[in-house]
Amino acid sequence: MKAIIEVRHLVKKFKKAIAVNDLSFDVEEGTITGLLGPNGAGKTTTIQMLLDLITPTSGSIKLFGLDMATHREEILNQVNFSSPYVSLPGNLKVRENLYTFARLYGVKDIKGKINELVDYFDIRDLLPKMTSTLSTGQLTRLNLTKAMLNDPKVLLLDEPTSSLDPDIADRTRKLLKRIQKERGITILYTSHNMEEIEELCDRVIFIQKGKFRDDGVPSELIKKYGHTDLNEVFLQIAREGGEINSNS
Amino acid sequence: MKYSCRLPAKEVKLILILDLMKWYRIKALIIRHLYLYPRSFPRIMDVLFWPVLELLVWGFLSAYLEKLNLENINLVSILLGAIIFWTFLNRSQEAVTVAFLEDVWEKNLLNLFVTPIRISEFLFSTVILGLVRIVTAGAILGVIALVLYHFSIFQFGIYTVPFILSLLLFGWILGLFITAVILRFGTSAQVLAFGFIFLIQPFSAVFYPVSALPVAVQGIAYLLPSTYVFEGMRAVIATGTLPLNYLAFSFGINAMYLIIVLFFFYAMFRKVKERGLLLKLD
Repeated sequence: MKAIIEVRHLVKKFKKAIAVNDLSFDVEEGTITGLLGPNGAGKTTTIQMLLDLITPTSGSIKLFGLDMATHREEILNQVNFSSPYVSLPGNLKVRENLYTFARLYGVKDIKGKINELVDYFDIRDLLPKMTSTLSTGQLTRLNLTKAMLNDPKVLLLDEPTSSLDPDIADRTRKLLKRIQKERGITILYTSHNMEEIEELCDRVIFIQKGKFRDDGVPSELIKKYGHTDLNEVFLQIAREGGEINSNS
Repeated sequence: MKYSCRLPAKEVKLILILDLMKWYRIKALIIRHLYLYPRSFPRIMDVLFWPVLELLVWGFLSAYLEKLNLENINLVSILLGAIIFWTFLNRSQEAVTVAFLEDVWEKNLLNLFVTPIRISEFLFSTVILGLVRIVTAGAILGVIALVLYHFSIFQFGIYTVPFILSLLLFGWILGLFITAVILRFGTSAQVLAFGFIFLIQPFSAVFYPVSALPVAVQGIAYLLPSTYVFEGMRAVIATGTLPLNYLAFSFGINAMYLIIVLFFFYAMFRKVKERGLLLKLD
């Protein structure tokens, strides 16, 4: 399968601290890939570099074969992002927020696109409400609706279910699977919930202290490490000092 | 590939090639702010109430002073002209910084900058938004001044437009400078959004001529584009003509500061991206 995200020798230094250290990986088109690692592993920094919110110290990032350093606008037109840690303006109504972001992405038929998505994510009744009045579950669905406005080819999701109760988290996962299946989107997903990762991801990439540690299909990694679930694999990798595998 | 030196050249190009900016994105940035006005009392107050209140206070003071008949000086024109023009400068700066701060307060900056918007579009939208606010406030002040004090903002004739444009431009430059500082140093610097302009006021010769300032600080006054506008305004009232070099100096200094502040802003934004501060800005 074709690599839609190509990260090569990515380094990010903050003064003396190295957040991302010579990280290289590919994400294949049409897959859900989990980017895993303990707190401080460099997941969020990596995602932010993929969105050009942070400038890498060195290395290269390519999406759709285009270099982020020179093709930011073309790339970000085809990418979107959702995270519970980033809010949409609470002082705008849901409808106003969606119209604003649809305009920012230059969506041609804004009304049609919003109508399509609010039905898809079942948030039509929220449209006239103030965003600040929504529950966490409603906000997650609104964030995902916003993230689909530009029909992205790549969706970056930073712990999208972290603040949801098990029921809403389960619904969200099902929704994400449905989106990926029906729209063929490539999703890069970070989460600390290994059950969720096992359920959702076609492939996972483990990073620790900013370095690549291992990657593969969840079931194969579980077998490789001789464990019964991905959580145990995570614990082993997170607690080990040395490198397990180096990618080329 | 080293990233550290790539942004300035590219972004400077973006500043210069304005037609590369996408109007639909600028419009989106403006409309999201305009959504808030009809239902936000503080915003309506900001555009209408406070400027009107200032006008009334100074208007009544001017009318009182005029009755004292101080050497036949037209105090109403001098003070009301000064306060209305000062409002243009003050509100123009505030429009830029408050529009930015609202995105910071709502933690929305990240959402905006993961879209393909360019910095130039973001900045241009604040200019237009500021213009909308100023035109609205200016029209209301103009009518009130005319009705209550028989003062026409257009008594400066053809010079009214370049006077106002120069002040708007300087306000925008100050707003951009303050926004860049807040970007870099976080919301602990947000007090500048509301207070910085008052550091400029004593040296801008708003209500008195530069000659009234101590000689030691007169040099500072002449470094400010606003000084030439207020001096020019008084010259029009006193002599009926404007020394054109006042306007030339005002726009010339503005142009110089504009170039400096754009470089400063892009440098700060580059620094913020290098240090990953965009996410931490709250």
